[in-house]
Amino acid sequence: MMYKILEKQSLNPTVTRMVIDAPRVAKKAQAGMFIILRVSADGERIPLTIADYDVNKGTVTIIFQIVGGTTHKLNMLNAGDCICDFVGPLGVPSELDGLKKVAVIGGGVGCAIAYPIAKKLHALGATVHSVIGFRNKDLVILQDEFKQVSDKLVLMSDDGSAGNKGLVTDALKALIDKGNVYDEVIAIGPLVMMKFVSKLTKEYGIKTVVSMNPIMIDGTGMCGGCRLTVGGQMKFACVDGPDFDGHKVDFDEAIARSKMYAEFERHAYEKACNLFKTEK
Amino acid sequence: MANLSKQKTEMTVQDPLLRAKNFDEVALGYDESQAKTEAERCLNCKNKPCVSGCPVNRDIPEFIQKVKDGDFLGAYKVLEKSGPLAAVCGRVCPQETQCECKCVRGRNGEPVAIGRLERFAADYFSAHKSEDKSKIVSNGHKVAVVGSGPAGLSCAGELCSRGYEVTVFEALHLAGGVLVYGIPEFRLPKKIVESEIDNLKSLGVKFELNTVIGKTVFVDELFDDGYEAVFIGSGAGLPNFMKIKGEELNGVYSANEFLTRVNLMKAYLDGADTPIKRSKSVVVVGGGNVAMDAARSALRLGAERVMLVYRRSEQELPARKEEVEHAKEEGVEFIMLTAPLEALGDEQKNVRALKCQKMELGEPDGSGRRRPVPIPNSEFELETDTVIVAVGTSPNPLIKNTTTGIDVNRWGGIITDESGKTTRDMVYAGGDAVTGAATVILAMGAGKSAAQQIDSAIKAKKK
Repeated sequence: MMYKILEKQSLNPTVTRMVIDAPRVAKKAQAGMFIILRVSADGERIPLTIADYDVNKGTVTIIFQIVGGTTHKLNMLNAGDCICDFVGPLGVPSELDGLKKVAVIGGGVGCAIAYPIAKKLHALGATVHSVIGFRNKDLVILQDEFKQVSDKLVLMSDDGSAGNKGLVTDALKALIDKGNVYDEVIAIGPLVMMKFVSKLTKEYGIKTVVSMNPIMIDGTGMCGGCRLTVGGQMKFACVDGPDFDGHKVDFDEAIARSKMYAEFERHAYEKACNLFKTEK
Repeated sequence: MANLSKQKTEMTVQDPLLRAKNFDEVALGYDESQAKTEAERCLNCKNKPCVSGCPVNRDIPEFIQKVKDGDFLGAYKVLEKSGPLAAVCGRVCPQETQCECKCVRGRNGEPVAIGRLERFAADYFSAHKSEDKSKIVSNGHKVAVVGSGPAGLSCAGELCSRGYEVTVFEALHLAGGVLVYGIPEFRLPKKIVESEIDNLKSLGVKFELNTVIGKTVFVDELFDDGYEAVFIGSGAGLPNFMKIKGEELNGVYSANEFLTRVNLMKAYLDGADTPIKRSKSVVVVGGGNVAMDAARSALRLGAERVMLVYRRSEQELPARKEEVEHAKEEGVEFIMLTAPLEALGDEQKNVRALKCQKMELGEPDGSGRRRPVPIPNSEFELETDTVIVAVGTSPNPLIKNTTTGIDVNRWGGIITDESGKTTRDMVYAGGDAVTGAATVILAMGAGKSAAQQIDSAIKAKKK
C-alpha cells in the first residue's frame, strides 16, 4: 500500500507542509497524536506530530523541518507522488477539555503542532493567548492561522526582524505579570525552549504541558529508544506521551539523548543533498 | 542402510573468525547426501517419542523416512501438514529441549539431528517448489489475526487450510514480527521468512501492514467489518530495563532497539538510512537467545570487544546451546555470575563503563534455578561504550488498553483458557502476548491450537 501526497506547500525555506491521503489514520486522529512514516523502501522510520486532519476527506496534514537525510528526501517529493509507509495515529491525544484560559507557546517548527492545539482550544470555547517565536522573519510560519484562533497573539523573533525582539519566555512572563491567569500553559518547540518555559511557569505555579519528540523507531512501545525520565520514572514518549508535565520532564537528559546520532544525521543530510544535486 | 554413528552428521558452518565479520548465515545446512546419511540414524520408533516433544506435533519419523527415500519434496509435504514455517523452526527451535531430547538415539550418543533435517527439507522445497499451489476453497467465514509473528502466521496458516478467509494485521511496515525485527540475518536469513510469508499469501492469506490494532483500528471494529473471530498474537514487544542508574545514557540500548535497527531497518548495511552506533567495546546484559543475537550482531558491526554479563552461571544460560557455542567461537567473552549495578557516563552523557558486582549461587528459587546472591565488596567496572540490555520483554498493552472484556494477568499477559480463548467471546490469543517472552515454536503451537478452537467455535455458531 502506498500513501499519496495530495498537497505540498513550502511554509518557509526549511519547513514544508504536506497533505497525505491516509483515511484510516485520519479517522482516529486527534490533536497531539503522531504518525510514523518511511519515504521509501529501506528508508528510515521517522515520527511526526499530526498538524491537522480531515475525517471526511480522509487526509492527514504533516509539517516538517528539513533537518536530516529522510526529511530532505521527503521534501524532494511532490503532490501526486507516494510515500511508502504512513502509520498511526500513535500516542495519547492532548487533554484539552475543561480548559478555560490557556497560553499556547510555539517555537519554530513546533508551531506546526501548537497551532492545531490552539485551534482545538478555540473551538472548545477557551480563551487562547498564543506566543510564537522564530529565529528571524524568514522562518515565520502560520502567523495568520494563529491570529484566527487566538484571543491574543504575540510574535517574537531572536533578532527582532519579526514582531518583538526576544524569547517566547519574555513574552509569556510579561503576559503573566500583566495579571493573566492561565489554567495551563502548553509549550511545543525545541527542547531548550520547553525547558525554559517550564522553568518559568514552575516559579509561578502554572501547570505546563510539553510535547516531546525524541528519537524512536516503531512508535508502539517496542524499542524503548524514546525513553524519558519524567518525575523520576522512565516513560516511553511513544505510548505514554508525547505530552508530559513540563515540570517533571528531565530536559537535560532529553537534550543529551536527542544528540545521540547528530553526527550521523549531518552526514546523511549532506549525502542526501549531494545525491539530489548529482541527479539534477 | 541404518547409520549406527553415535554422532550427528556434521553440518558445515562458516569459519568462526570469518563469520564474526559478516551477516551471512552461519550454518550452511545439509546437502542431499548428508541429509540422507543423517536420516538413516532415525530408528523410526513406533511410539514416536520425538513428536510428543514438538509443540506443533510435526510427524518427525514420517518426514525423515521420506528423506531416507530421497523424496525430499514429500518430506516437506509431511512437515507442512502440521503448519507453516518449517524453514524457520529448523533454524531457531531449541530442539535440545524439545523433539531431540526425546529421541531414543540420544540415550547412547547424540540424538538424530531433527532440526537440521527439517531445515534441509524446507530449504529443498523452497528451491524446487512449483507454482501450481491450489488455492483453498473459501468457506465464506472471515477471521482477523493481529500480529504477523510466529503465533499469527501459524494461526493464519491453519485457519486458511480449513477454508477461512484470513487477514493478518501488522503494525510494522514488514510482516514477520520477531522473525524480521528480532532474529538476525546470520541466524535466520530474511529471505527465508519472506518465502514462508509468500507461501501463506499464495494460499490466500491477506496481509495489512502499517495497521496498529488498538490505534489505527480497534478490535470492536474488526467484528463490525464482518470478522467472526479475532486471534491476538501481538507478542511481547515491550523491552524490560534493569532499573539501575544510568540507563538513560547515550549508548545504552534495549536489545529490542539494537536488534530492530540492525535487522528490520538494515542499519548494518553501508549507506543505510537508519543509524546505529559503531562501538568499540560492548557489554550485553542477559543470557537468553536475544542476548546472544545482540552480542553476535555487535561483533559483526565491528566491535573490538564484546562481553556478555549474566548473573547466574553458564549452566543456567537460557539460550539455545548452539547459540552459546557459536557466540564463544566467534569471540564473545562470557562474564558469568555478574550483575550490573550502574551505568557510568562521561560529561556528554555517553556511557563509559558498567559497574558490576560478582555473584554466587545460593538456594534454588521459585523457578528451581539456584538464586544468584551478591558477593560483598566485589564491585568492579567494565569499560564500554555500548551497553545492550537483554533482560526480557513484556506483552504490549495497546490492545488491552483499547478493548473491553480482555483480562490480563499482573505481568500484562492476556488471560486465556487452554484452548486460547480469552475472557471475551470469539477473541483468542496465543504466543508471547499470553505467556510473556518464550520461543517461536511455542507461539506457533498456541497459534495452531487457537485456530482449531476458532474453527470449532464458528462451526458451532452456524448450527
